[in-house]
Amino acid sequence: MAIIRDMIPAFELVQPTTVEDALAAMARYGEGGWVLAGGLDSYDWFKDRIKRPEAVIDLGGINELKGISNGQDGLEIGAMTTLTEIVRHERVRSEYILLADAAEHVATPQIRNQGTLGGNISQDTRCWYYRSGWACYRAGGNTCYAAAPQAMNREHAIMGTSRCVAVSPSDTAPALVALDAKMIVRGRRSSKVHDAEDFFIGPATDITRMTVLESGDLLTQINIPGEWANAHFYYEKVRDRGSWDFQLVSVAAAFKTSGNTIDEARIVVNGVAPFPVRLDAVERLVTGVTADEALATEAGEIAIQGSRPLKYNEYKEPMMRNLVRRAVRSVA
Amino acid sequence: MGRWLDFESNPWGQEVLQGVSLELMYLAIGLAVLFVAGHWFWYRSRGFSEHEEPADVQGSVAGLPERIVRHTLPSRIFHWTMAASMLVLLITAFVPLLGLEFAWVTIHWIAGAVLILTIIYHVIHSIVWQDFWSMMSMGAKDFREGLGHFRHLLSSKSPEPEKPGKYPFDHRMYHWGIVVTSLAAIVTGVFMTLRIKTPFWEPNAYYPLVDQAVSGLNELGEPAITLQPGAATGLVFVLHGIAGVLLILMVASHIYFAIRPDKRWFTWSMIRGWIDREHYLAHFDPDKWSVGDGTIQENPPGGAIADSTVSAPRVDD
Repeated sequence: MAIIRDMIPAFELVQPTTVEDALAAMARYGEGGWVLAGGLDSYDWFKDRIKRPEAVIDLGGINELKGISNGQDGLEIGAMTTLTEIVRHERVRSEYILLADAAEHVATPQIRNQGTLGGNISQDTRCWYYRSGWACYRAGGNTCYAAAPQAMNREHAIMGTSRCVAVSPSDTAPALVALDAKMIVRGRRSSKVHDAEDFFIGPATDITRMTVLESGDLLTQINIPGEWANAHFYYEKVRDRGSWDFQLVSVAAAFKTSGNTIDEARIVVNGVAPFPVRLDAVERLVTGVTADEALATEAGEIAIQGSRPLKYNEYKEPMMRNLVRRAVRSVA
Repeated sequence: MGRWLDFESNPWGQEVLQGVSLELMYLAIGLAVLFVAGHWFWYRSRGFSEHEEPADVQGSVAGLPERIVRHTLPSRIFHWTMAASMLVLLITAFVPLLGLEFAWVTIHWIAGAVLILTIIYHVIHSIVWQDFWSMMSMGAKDFREGLGHFRHLLSSKSPEPEKPGKYPFDHRMYHWGIVVTSLAAIVTGVFMTLRIKTPFWEPNAYYPLVDQAVSGLNELGEPAITLQPGAATGLVFVLHGIAGVLLILMVASHIYFAIRPDKRWFTWSMIRGWIDREHYLAHFDPDKWSVGDGTIQENPPGGAIADSTVSAPRVDD
C-alpha cells in the first residue's frame, strides 16, 4: 500500500473566478493541470504522490458553477454544488428524491458539505492496485493486478469489464442516469451535452478514463429534465459500513406507473461494472406489466445475466439480483 | 530508447517495459505521409507518366488469350478478406488513440481471428493449388533483377531491366515484409487475446506460457532466463506495437501504389482476376511466367485450376 504523507508536493495553485479563466488555465497547463472540485478524491492522490500535477486549478471560486436553479425543463445544477445543498434542496426533495437519496448516501455529513456533485460523478475508481500507483492498464501499463487469480478483488466488477475490472465509485451517478440527466461539458472552443448514460465510459472505450471528460474539458452543469419529476423512485445502497463507505452494489430506479402497472422504467445498478449499468433487458421486461413478486423475481434473474464474477466477488450476483428485485417490488 | 518505449515500475519497484510509446505511432503516420508525398513529387519531377502508356508489344501474341488470368477467385477472395480485416485491425488499434473513441477491443480481436483464418486458408491454398515458391523464393538473381529495376528507375540511362516472372521483385519483397510483420502481430496478438474476455476462454492476464516462451525452460522445467516480473508481457506488447506501426507504413504504401494511375492495372487484376495480353507482354517475361499454349479461355473460370495453369515454376529457381 502507498504511504499517505502529510505534506503534499508543491504545485502551482490557480484560482480562477470564471469558467473562461478556468478553461484558459486548463489549456495552459494541459496534462500537467489538475482540476480540483471538492478535493476529496484529489488530495488522496496528491498525498500518495501517485499524481503530481504541475498546477492545480481550483474551481472553488467560480460562483457560476454553484447552485441549483429552475430550468426551462426541470432543474439545472451547477457542477460545484455541494452534495449537502442537493440533499437539502426543496425541489430536489419533492420532485427528484432519488437524487437526494443518492447524494445523502455519499460518505459522511462533513464530506457531503465539501464534496460536489460534479466531483462525485467525475471521481476516479477506488481500485487499490490502481490507487497504490501500480502500473496497471488504467495507469498506462499492461496488466490488471485486480484480475489476477489470487488478487483481492472482492469489491471489483462482475460485468462490463475489458481487461480492467475496477468499478465506478459514484453514488449519485446511477441516480443521474436513472433520471436521464444531461451533462454540460465546456471546452475552450465548444460546449457539448452528454446524456448521463453516455457520460460514463467503460474500459473497452478508454481504459484510462471513467468519463468522457478529456484534458481541457470541464463539466459545468448537470440538467435534470422534468420528464421524470415525481416518478416512483427507488434507491438502495449496500456497503460494508452503514455509517460511511463506498457502495458494494447500489440500485437507482425510476418508474412511471398507473397504479401497480409500470408504464416506463429506468433501472440502473452501480458497483458491478466500471460504469453505472442501465438494465435495458429488465426495463423491457417490466414495461407495461403489473408489478408483483413474480415479476420482481424474474427482473432480478435477468439483471445478472452475463455477469462473470472474479474469485472473491461472487456475492455481488445475489446482491445485485436482490436489489433489482426490491426495486421492482417497490412498485407493487 | 525511452522516447519510443514506455517503462513503468512493477510492484517490486523494478522498471519494466510496458509497450511502445504513442510517439512511435505518430512517427509511422508521419513517415507514411512523407513517403507517399515524396514519391508522388519525385515521380512527377522525373517526368514519368502518371498514366500507363499503351503497351508497345514486341512479342508474339500467337496462342495468347486476350485476357491472362493473374488472380483466381479464391485468391481474390482471400486478398480482399485479408485487406478488410487488416484495415479493421489498424483502425481499431490506432483511431481511438487519435481521439475518436469507441469500444474497439471486441472488434479488434474478431478482426484478428478473421485475419488468422484467412492466412491459414491462404497458406493451404498456395501450397496445394498454387506455386508456393513463386512468391516466396528470393535468390541472388532476384536481387539483381530488383537492383536493375531500381537503377533504371533512378536513371533512364541505365539499361532496360530484365522483365520479371509473375511476381516482380518488389511484389515479393513486399509479400515477405507483410508475412513477417503480420506473423509477429498475430503471434503476439494471440497472447494478448488470452487476457481479454472472449467466448472461447476465461481471461487470464497472468500467463506463464509467455514467460516460458520468451525465456525458454531449463531441464527442471523452470524458466531458463530469469526475467523481471512482467518483462515478458512487456516484450509481447512491444513486438505487437512495432508490428502495428510497421503495418501502418506497409499498408499505406500498398494502398498508395494500388491507386496510382500507372499501377491500377495491377489493382484491377485483383478485382477482375485478369490482365490484358498487352500488359502481360509489356511487363512480364513469358519464359518466367508461362501462360500455357493458348488453352486459357478468354473468360476464364475462377478457381484453383485456372491459377495453377498460369503459375508455372519460375525458370530461375
